[in-house]
Amino acid sequence: MAGEPQPAIIAEGLTKDFPGVRAVDHLSFEVHPGEIFGLVGPDGAGKTTTLRMLAGIMPPDEGSAKVDGSDVVRDPESAKHHLSYMPQRFGLYEDLTVEENIRFYADLFGVRRTEREQRAAQLLRAAGMSEFPKRPAGKLSGGMKQKLGLVCALIHRPKVLLLDEPTTGVDPVSRRDFWRILYELIAEGVTILTSTAYLDEAERCHRVALLHQGKLLFYDTPDNLKSKLGKGVLSVISAEGRRVRAELEHAEGISSLMLTGDGVHLVVDDAKRRSLEFESRLKNAGIPFGTILPVTPTIEDLFVDAVTSGSTGPRHG
Amino acid sequence: MAENHSSVVIENLVKQFGEFVAVDHVSLETRKGEVFGFLGPNGAGKSTTIRILCGLLRPTSGRAVVAGYDVSRQPESVRQNIGYMSQKFSLYNDLKVIENIRLFAGLYSVPSGRLKDRINWALDMSNLRGQENLIVGTLPGGWKQRLALGCAVLHKPPIIFLDEPTSGVDPIVRRQFWDLIHTMAGEGVTVFVTTHYMEEAEYCNRLALIFRGRIVALGTPSELKQKFMHGELLLVECAPLGAAVEALQSAPAVLDAAVFGNSLHLVVRRAQAAIPEVKKFLADHGIAVHRVASIPPSLEDVFVSLTTEAGRGRDPRPS
Repeated sequence: MAGEPQPAIIAEGLTKDFPGVRAVDHLSFEVHPGEIFGLVGPDGAGKTTTLRMLAGIMPPDEGSAKVDGSDVVRDPESAKHHLSYMPQRFGLYEDLTVEENIRFYADLFGVRRTEREQRAAQLLRAAGMSEFPKRPAGKLSGGMKQKLGLVCALIHRPKVLLLDEPTTGVDPVSRRDFWRILYELIAEGVTILTSTAYLDEAERCHRVALLHQGKLLFYDTPDNLKSKLGKGVLSVISAEGRRVRAELEHAEGISSLMLTGDGVHLVVDDAKRRSLEFESRLKNAGIPFGTILPVTPTIEDLFVDAVTSGSTGPRHG
Repeated sequence: MAENHSSVVIENLVKQFGEFVAVDHVSLETRKGEVFGFLGPNGAGKSTTIRILCGLLRPTSGRAVVAGYDVSRQPESVRQNIGYMSQKFSLYNDLKVIENIRLFAGLYSVPSGRLKDRINWALDMSNLRGQENLIVGTLPGGWKQRLALGCAVLHKPPIIFLDEPTSGVDPIVRRQFWDLIHTMAGEGVTVFVTTHYMEEAEYCNRLALIFRGRIVALGTPSELKQKFMHGELLLVECAPLGAAVEALQSAPAVLDAAVFGNSLHLVVRRAQAAIPEVKKFLADHGIAVHRVASIPPSLEDVFVSLTTEAGRGRDPRPS
């Protein structure tokens, strides 16, 4: 489209083989400038391999990738000026203080001192870490370490940020904090590609690519993805979840059934019709239940539906 | 003994490390055949409590009875009557399936007369019959997980402790794993899960939320969502988002505002009263509002709300 800005990241047919396994299989997607894009999938989906190829530290076997206009396959060095890659285990020096770690990365990226001090102060404030410049990195909590890693990765004002599972092992409170910082960064014009194994985190991204065993399952905004499920989801609240499951397991119209802590989560063809049917069925069987409610589908519902129904090939929006 | 052998009973449990109170008068009781979730952020006192319950750490005061044995006086008996499995520590990757099973059977002192039965049982439940000689490191994640669980319960303990057993795994594998857990619970085994992943918490029959050493909420997942959220949740679709979040910091009706993908999540006192106020407030600030709707809170919303309130020193329980 005319006037449309160039994508910040273009992946085209990226493929990577390891002995006995195709880790990434002809993966193509584009990331718009200024958005938070999620590479979402369980362990072994190919997220880390994809990020490494985009960061220019692992050559693909096939395909090409551009980051901020630079070809990362043919010219990885020039692409590195515009991007920052934060691997799962970011290399913080545990016996150096917060301040010293930042200084180290600033020197590595050739950031000048006055620029560094101003930028570091701003980033530490955003991360809520202004009070701890002298604390050794090894004495920080897991969430704080992740935030310090982010500060170091951002010290040279990259245009594109690649994050590999930054919230793994981070508790929900610190995770929200971390996302708040990411949203502040895009306001500065940074483009963010982040990976996560938590499907619920997909909802926080502007757009996501859902991966499974190296292949792209879906690629769209979270809302559009949910509407693609094209099925209803019902939640049956009951203290007798196992009995509810036994009764409904083979009922007509159910495509997936999951036992939860206080009931059963069902994906059905027609929520309205089935909820009435199931209600009378459970009543007749004498199984106690609280309510049967239609609920919003989750990204997990979509993922499970796609993988179990064996749908192949990406569906674009 | 009066206590149910298949349960965990904790009364006024306290653990201090010097001045620091890691566990602060915690009391709770699990039921036989229950999947009980122990939730909390890092550093809340989860691991300390689990170590006490497994007989690895002595409490400063209070009492804990696990499988009918007092953890302070009979830690050995406690350890013989529990199973433990975590995502991190589980199997020996360079040993065969059968070697792992035999090793754990030895560690848990499974009597030789029952050994064959239990090995067969573990192979069946992990779907690995006929695959006894495969090296564990080469197995797909889901199989490994079932085998790890099988090994943790070779001695048929009445109580199993699970520490973040399914974080990061394929949702299909996770569902199968939890189905297995619920089947075991159906047979009377009590399952005590520690986690901070809401995806795992949803599988628990009841949840206790621990924060700064204290229990701040206890109930089923739906009870927590209905009763313990401080305020109600609104979804706001508007543009531009950044300006909206900034403006809403000073909106009287709004307790918290956060960007959530392409929309905002607001915490307000009463959703119905706040909807028109928020619409007007944003319009007055020149922000285009597409939609404001009341949405049910997720477990994570409840978790964040409770820990934030507790952190401010307020009593998080609803008045």
